[in-house]
Amino acid sequence: MPQPILRIENIHKAYGKTQVLRGVSLDVYPGEVVVIIGPSGTGKSTLLRCVNQLTVPDQGRVWLEGVELTAKGTDINKARERIGMVFQDFNLFTHLTAVQNVMLALTKVKRMRPEEARAKAMAELEKVGLADKADLYPAELSGGQKQRAAIARSLAMDPEVMLFDEPTSALDPELIGEVLEVMRKLAEEGMTMLVVSHEMGFAREVADRIVFLENGVIVEEGPPEQLFQDPKQERTREFLWKLTELYGNHGGSRSRRRPGCS
Amino acid sequence: MAYFLRCLKFILPAAKTTLLLTVAALGIGLVAGLLLAVARIYGGKAAAGLASAYSRIVRSLPTLVVLFIFYSLSSSLLHISGVTAALLALSACTAAYQSEIFRGAIQSLGTGQMAAARSLGMTRPMAIRYVILPQALRLAIPSWSNEAAIVLKDSSLASAVGATEIFRRAQQVGAAHHDYLPAYLACGLIYFVLTFLTNRGLDLMQRKFKLKL
Repeated sequence: MPQPILRIENIHKAYGKTQVLRGVSLDVYPGEVVVIIGPSGTGKSTLLRCVNQLTVPDQGRVWLEGVELTAKGTDINKARERIGMVFQDFNLFTHLTAVQNVMLALTKVKRMRPEEARAKAMAELEKVGLADKADLYPAELSGGQKQRAAIARSLAMDPEVMLFDEPTSALDPELIGEVLEVMRKLAEEGMTMLVVSHEMGFAREVADRIVFLENGVIVEEGPPEQLFQDPKQERTREFLWKLTELYGNHGGSRSRRRPGCS
Repeated sequence: MAYFLRCLKFILPAAKTTLLLTVAALGIGLVAGLLLAVARIYGGKAAAGLASAYSRIVRSLPTLVVLFIFYSLSSSLLHISGVTAALLALSACTAAYQSEIFRGAIQSLGTGQMAAARSLGMTRPMAIRYVILPQALRLAIPSWSNEAAIVLKDSSLASAVGATEIFRRAQQVGAAHHDYLPAYLACGLIYFVLTFLTNRGLDLMQRKFKLKL
């Protein structure tokens, strides 16, 4: 077994009196796609934010390639360059065009020369199919285009791990496909991905492992076939049932079977 | 009518002092207000507390009172002129009001922008400088324009400590001829034109830099 690229160990986090995470541990291996599912309010987003320390956990540790990010003295800004993050509501910088959004961290953080940064940014926009929208402002883009630009912005930093926090939840249904397509391609290229999503079609087809998180703990985890067809916990079966009822299987899944009905 | 025009002619040169006071106070207030707003939102407990206390106290005092506090200070301690005391007082006041304007603008951006910037490896100062402030400043222009007009008009208070600005000149010419109304009307006209031009200028700027949201 290779070394995990990302190791999350015993993360606890409370907001006031609400205990959101109660000891979550998870290893992610290079090239692996892990999809985290679970009811809302169970700490999925908080877990992702604890990985790049946008949220500082109360307890527990996180390693990226053997370097502890939670340790005192770790340069978290340096580490974040290696961990891309995509947000539910895109968070594109509204005062900058698509290409400027991608360029900003290249010039300011990586200190690239502007022409070099622009070339790199254009290449990233090309990859997500937005080269012709490079000079538009976020307000002039559709939701799907915004999210693809946000993905390009993260990818431009050449991260080793990508975190996706419900990347399609704020999108109109007809725009979800284009974003999932970009993510699917990214997975095929071997990117390590930790994805919070309720897109069951995507999870089934692309995930190497699905993690079911509820009430701040991992209830069950395993490969999609196992979780969908033979979950060990009754709770997992129930939840997957509900999700498929609600969200269907869109996202290009070839399988139309319902979970648990093989 | 001839007297009214004479008043205008007598007062108008003092518009230079009024404008200088206004522009300088607004400029100092802009820098200080931005720092106060950033300290309040992103600063530690101490910095945020101090900034917030400053804003609360200064906004609770009439500008005229602040002016005389500075003037008394200056006559007893600092040996600075009335104009300088007025400049300091106007700056101190507008800094507090501007800090509220910028605080509101920054907060209206939400936390997502900062999170996105930090997730790309930017330090907090970098994120504030390249992501937060460029957007917040654009959002702040309409309220800021209003504040600029207020400072312009408040600069008339400087006459109370001997600064020869528009209002002071109006008083002088009125007293010399024992005929005040035309003098004050002329003075009012000048304020109106200056305020109108300021607002128009800032409107144009707002249109130019408007954030598409």
